[in-house]
Amino acid sequence: MTTSVVSMNNVIKKFGDQVVLNGFDFEIKPGVIVGLIGPSGSGKSTVIHVLLGMEKAQSGEAFVFGNSMPNRRLLGRIGYMAQTDALYERLTGRENLQFFAEMKGIEPSLIKKQIDHVSQVVDLASDLDKRTSGYSGGMKRRLSLAISLLGDGDLLILDEPTVGVDPALRRSIWKELHRLRDNGKTILVTTHVMDEAELVDDVAMLIAGKLQEYGQPARLKEKYHEDTIENIFLKVESQNETNVSHI
Amino acid sequence: MRRTLAISKRVTLELIRDKRTLMLMFLAPILILILMKLVFSANTTVDVKIATVNVSDSLVQQIDKMKGIKTVDYGSKESARSSLNKENVDGIIQTKGNDFYVTYANTDPSKTAATKAALNSSILVNNLSDLKKALTKIQKQMPNNLGINYSSNAKPKIHNDYIYGNSKTNFFDKMLPILMGFFVFFFVFLISGMALLNERTSGTLGRLLATPVRRGEIVFGYMLSYGFVAIFQTLLIVLFTVYGLGVEVVGNIFNIVIVNVVLAFVALAFGILMSTFAKTEFQMMQFIPLIVIPQIFFSGIIPLDTMAHWVQVIAYVLPLKYSGEATTGIVMNGQSLLTVINPILILLLFLVVLTGLNIWGLKRYRKV
Ligand SMILES: Nc1ncnc2c1ncn2[C@@H]1O[C@H](COP(=O)(O)OP(=O)(O)O)[C@@H](O)[C@H]1O
Ligand SMILES: [Mg+2]
Repeated sequence: MTTSVVSMNNVIKKFGDQVVLNGFDFEIKPGVIVGLIGPSGSGKSTVIHVLLGMEKAQSGEAFVFGNSMPNRRLLGRIGYMAQTDALYERLTGRENLQFFAEMKGIEPSLIKKQIDHVSQVVDLASDLDKRTSGYSGGMKRRLSLAISLLGDGDLLILDEPTVGVDPALRRSIWKELHRLRDNGKTILVTTHVMDEAELVDDVAMLIAGKLQEYGQPARLKEKYHEDTIENIFLKVESQNETNVSHI
Repeated sequence: MRRTLAISKRVTLELIRDKRTLMLMFLAPILILILMKLVFSANTTVDVKIATVNVSDSLVQQIDKMKGIKTVDYGSKESARSSLNKENVDGIIQTKGNDFYVTYANTDPSKTAATKAALNSSILVNNLSDLKKALTKIQKQMPNNLGINYSSNAKPKIHNDYIYGNSKTNFFDKMLPILMGFFVFFFVFLISGMALLNERTSGTLGRLLATPVRRGEIVFGYMLSYGFVAIFQTLLIVLFTVYGLGVEVVGNIFNIVIVNVVLAFVALAFGILMSTFAKTEFQMMQFIPLIVIPQIFFSGIIPLDTMAHWVQVIAYVLPLKYSGEATTGIVMNGQSLLTVINPILILLLFLVVLTGLNIWGLKRYRKV
């Protein structure tokens, strides 16, 4: 337990009558990239929101670094990239980075260096002094990623980081995620693009509000005798449906 | 503290880059003030001589009371007309039956406006005093007829002071202190509400709350930047009214700024609070007729004691009533901050409560 970076136990989250998470259990070990997959609307973002304390679960608990969430101080050690590019459009890329660096509580003397570093990582260094209202969709996504990299958090939570991103950029983002993982970061990535799940260390499948399957892509392929994650997902999903209909 | 400053810096920067909003905040009040001045105070700036023909004595007296207006009685229209042609008078008012026939020289539009305003308000005042007499008469008869003993507070009150009642002040002078507060309240309420709404809908609020920032730091950061904006806005409005429009401010200008900054804080807290009830910018706009406009009626432009008692109660929960009270005291009577401390304290109370509500309300978006 204590070695897990993230752990969620029996989390139930409802919006009104709609049950989105129905006894969700989740563990993430340090130093891995976990891909949380599920169709859109399945509750991937909700998992993240509960984990960060932005939504309150009706029951169950969530821990990050062994501390019960919500916990304001711990947020400084988590890099979060939301599903939408939440940027201040009247500010330049640099001003956005500067602002979020200050919010994260980064030592003022280190801010400039960090901004230079993260903007290099996402290849935005030359566009940093333009207003973000003039950025293309891909540039906004990259700036968003750069913001989550600020503060050098040990845990990165990225909600669909590659949506609307062209293939070349998608590849470079994944390359960067692997590099970060190799440097000891733990990364939780959500996606509804199944072929991206081939690039992660562990796949977590969110179906009907529960974690239905979890494991390394290669192991899962063996287990289900399938050669793509997509096929496995569909298999698990249909099994789940027949289970439900039997009850 | 560092975060509070960073947030206020960011909010200010966004505001400064939003040229349209800046124009709205700083130029619109000036424009409206100029218009108001032209509309309401034409009769204070000119010297008008009016010929009266056949006009009743009481009305002539009333017209004479108007600032800058003098009447000269003429026996006939012809003699008045020749005076008008020689530019000895600026206009002629003649009564025929129940109607008034007015001829303007109209060489100076402001004199024409002054004549019109003087005649209109004099007729109004005259009618009112007639009405008052009539009412008193009716009232004298009532107890006898109905056997009901009317206590003095049941007496219908008609005060002359709300229609150019005091010949030394005009409507504009009276409205000005309240208007200043209104501009500050209106723009700060709307713009800060929109700003926070935008943060919420664009997702930046969520992202902001995913950092270790305290909820209070966000609210105080907003306060700091809008406090500055309010200081500049008030200074501009006050300096313009004093030096541009030549309106006399008896009290200390900085006291007005202080009151308005406190009001701006209240407006800000109010705007932030209301923004949580709005889903779109249009819904935010819908709060204007609901929350902003009614405040004008209760801000002191119309004397509160002329309203029904239950209506008066509403005024006590509206911030503009208190800022109106304080600024009116400062502008017109030269009162010190200490004298108007009561309304200021109530404004501060509003501020504390609303700010607390806001900090607490942000819990909707993050539980810690
Ligand atoms: N704040 C909310 N209020 C009401 N319903 C919500 C809210 N957030 C999410 N939902 C609902 O919960 C479900 C899961 O949403 P979400 O977690 O965003 O899915 P995903 O990220 O997997 O696409 C959706 O049906 C969505 O409509
Ligand atoms: Mg989502």
